[in-house]
Amino acid sequence: MLNRDEDILKAAEDWQKAGHGVALATVVETWGSAPRPAGSSLVINDEGTFLGSVSGGCVEGAVVTEALDVISSGQPRMLEFGVADETAWNVGLSCGGTIRVFVEKVG
Amino acid sequence: MKLETLRELNAERAARRPVIVITDTANGEQRLVKAKDFAADPLNAELSKALRMGKSTNVEVGGNKLFLNVYAPTAKLVIIGAVHISQALAPLARSLDYDVTVVDPRTAFASPERFPDVPLVAEWPDVALPPLNVDHYTAFVAVTHDPKIDDPALLHAFERDCFYIGALGSRKTHAKRGERLRAQGAKESDIARIHAPIGLDIGAVSPSEIAVAIMAEITATLRLPPKEKEVAA
Repeated sequence: MLNRDEDILKAAEDWQKAGHGVALATVVETWGSAPRPAGSSLVINDEGTFLGSVSGGCVEGAVVTEALDVISSGQPRMLEFGVADETAWNVGLSCGGTIRVFVEKVG
Repeated sequence: MKLETLRELNAERAARRPVIVITDTANGEQRLVKAKDFAADPLNAELSKALRMGKSTNVEVGGNKLFLNVYAPTAKLVIIGAVHISQALAPLARSLDYDVTVVDPRTAFASPERFPDVPLVAEWPDVALPPLNVDHYTAFVAVTHDPKIDDPALLHAFERDCFYIGALGSRKTHAKRGERLRAQGAKESDIARIHAPIGLDIGAVSPSEIAVAIMAEITATLRLPPKEKEVAA
């Protein structure tokens, strides 16, 4: 918890300065054995490049897809992933936990 | 997140100043609060607790669900003295996510063979300490038993307002240390900040046990609210 996301937020700032659309995805809540704690974040630009992690790899693909929508719409959204999720077979958390991820546009 | 909020967040993080970003997750409304402004904030209690625990969390205020994202700097541990206790203390502190540096001008002590993988500075405190950027998010431990090394180091720790300052030595040794530091201009309130004898009283005997006692005391200072801290001390 002490050392995290060191360069990710700086990258978000740099991408934005370079003229990219940028979104920030942050784990805001976890239940059960979630792989990454609340506060973990992922930054995504409009080319689909991303840095950081919200789940250690389990659901990043889905988060990136949603983030691209958020970049175009500008509207923040809340995502939830877990074994109970209908997409669990595809992008659920194999660890059995549930996480909520807040995705917002930067800028 | 607004670009100016992100810029401010990055600037504060680069300066190793703690901040919390509060987000209303229903509508994305956001504000950044610096630790120095907590006292004047309506969410002071929640913010202070979240920062102390170093843990991002959700709170409900007036029916709104707010996410508090805590950005606390990585805590540092500066160990003055490449002694036996330090050989146990350095790896223990690293396992607790501290950035550890060991300082000892005596090269026979400060050798890479004795401290594999730990940053070592074999210089006197006046040369070694300024580049380390000792700050409030630093725990500072003086364990050489040699006043020529420990005393100037402790004066530096006072100046930088380290959240924890500890020094090895019995009560008698510590009383003498207090006299010396006073003679060098240390304030009474500074001397009172030194944890000595160092470490929680757990009956530690071996160097490794003393290291556990020291890290327990540092953890308590970092995580407990100020009142409970006094009880523990």
